[in-house]
Amino acid sequence: MHIPDGYLSPQTCAVMYAAAAPFWYTAARKLKKILTSKTVPLLSIFSAFSFVIMMFNAPVLGGTTAHATGAALMAIILGPWAAIIGVSSALFIQALFFGDGGILAFGANAFNMAVVIPIVGYLIYGLIARSAPMKSSRHWVGAALAGYGGINAAALSAAVELGLQPLLFHTANGTPLYCPYNLSQAIPAMMFAHLTIAGPIEAIITAGVLVFLQKSMPDVLTGIAKEARV
Amino acid sequence: MKKLAPLFIGLFVLGLLVPIGLLASGTAWGEWGKEAFTQMIGYIPKGLERFSEIWHAPFRDYAVKGIGNDIGYILSAFGGMILVLLITWGAGKILARKNNDHPNEK
Repeated sequence: MHIPDGYLSPQTCAVMYAAAAPFWYTAARKLKKILTSKTVPLLSIFSAFSFVIMMFNAPVLGGTTAHATGAALMAIILGPWAAIIGVSSALFIQALFFGDGGILAFGANAFNMAVVIPIVGYLIYGLIARSAPMKSSRHWVGAALAGYGGINAAALSAAVELGLQPLLFHTANGTPLYCPYNLSQAIPAMMFAHLTIAGPIEAIITAGVLVFLQKSMPDVLTGIAKEARV
Repeated sequence: MKKLAPLFIGLFVLGLLVPIGLLASGTAWGEWGKEAFTQMIGYIPKGLERFSEIWHAPFRDYAVKGIGNDIGYILSAFGGMILVLLITWGAGKILARKNNDHPNEK
């Protein structure tokens, strides 16, 4: 889901930076209020987790690949604002050092993976599990659906950005200048990969790590991280 | 911090396991190199060609020059994780500065 440079027009890239900017700004302001010396290490650990989990490419039928992001997990444990900053940081290092996702396209990639997934995931989890008692199965069910819904919302967002390119930016005779695939090609391709492969993986990782933390490190969820939630 | 040791161990193990992510053949949809377009649609879109190499990442595709794929991928995983840990720790410390002694209670 890391859009490389050249796939989106410079105009689209500017719009996507502008779309991500208010979330970065608000996240920084919120974290200034809620982050403590105890929660900073968790912010870093889950950001690094997001970085490394994205390196596990899984095969998708048809010869492409997809991967999970760890973004919904971070939003559930540390709140969406920490996840916005944490996942953006991971994406920034990926773009700058490893060419995974473009520099011009960084705003778009951050919007899709570091804003959409945390917010959608956090809302889904909150809807299902926030008021449930600690041992309720609603926690892992909510986490799984948060991961699944979050990453698929992001895939749709990326597909729309890509699929709009041939419609909006072409030469006089209609030859696409950037991503040549339109919405009717980009949306099914992206959604297939994420509905069938990346979504289930994200669901398992989100629910699995949450259950692990509840069982073996409950203080991470109750004591330390509580302060950082919204 | 001691309590967080299992999480750091988890990251370390994941870093060693990343070559699993290289087993899947092919590229993610919409992440092809520009050359692939010649084969797919017969030409490279002009704007795509112009902007695709605006930035030259030092370890493109998580590869380290002169080092085998798997080891290079592992080194990239650890290098990248360390960089992410450093920048988030740094940013976090700056943001959390005021809250260290009296954590916000809500």
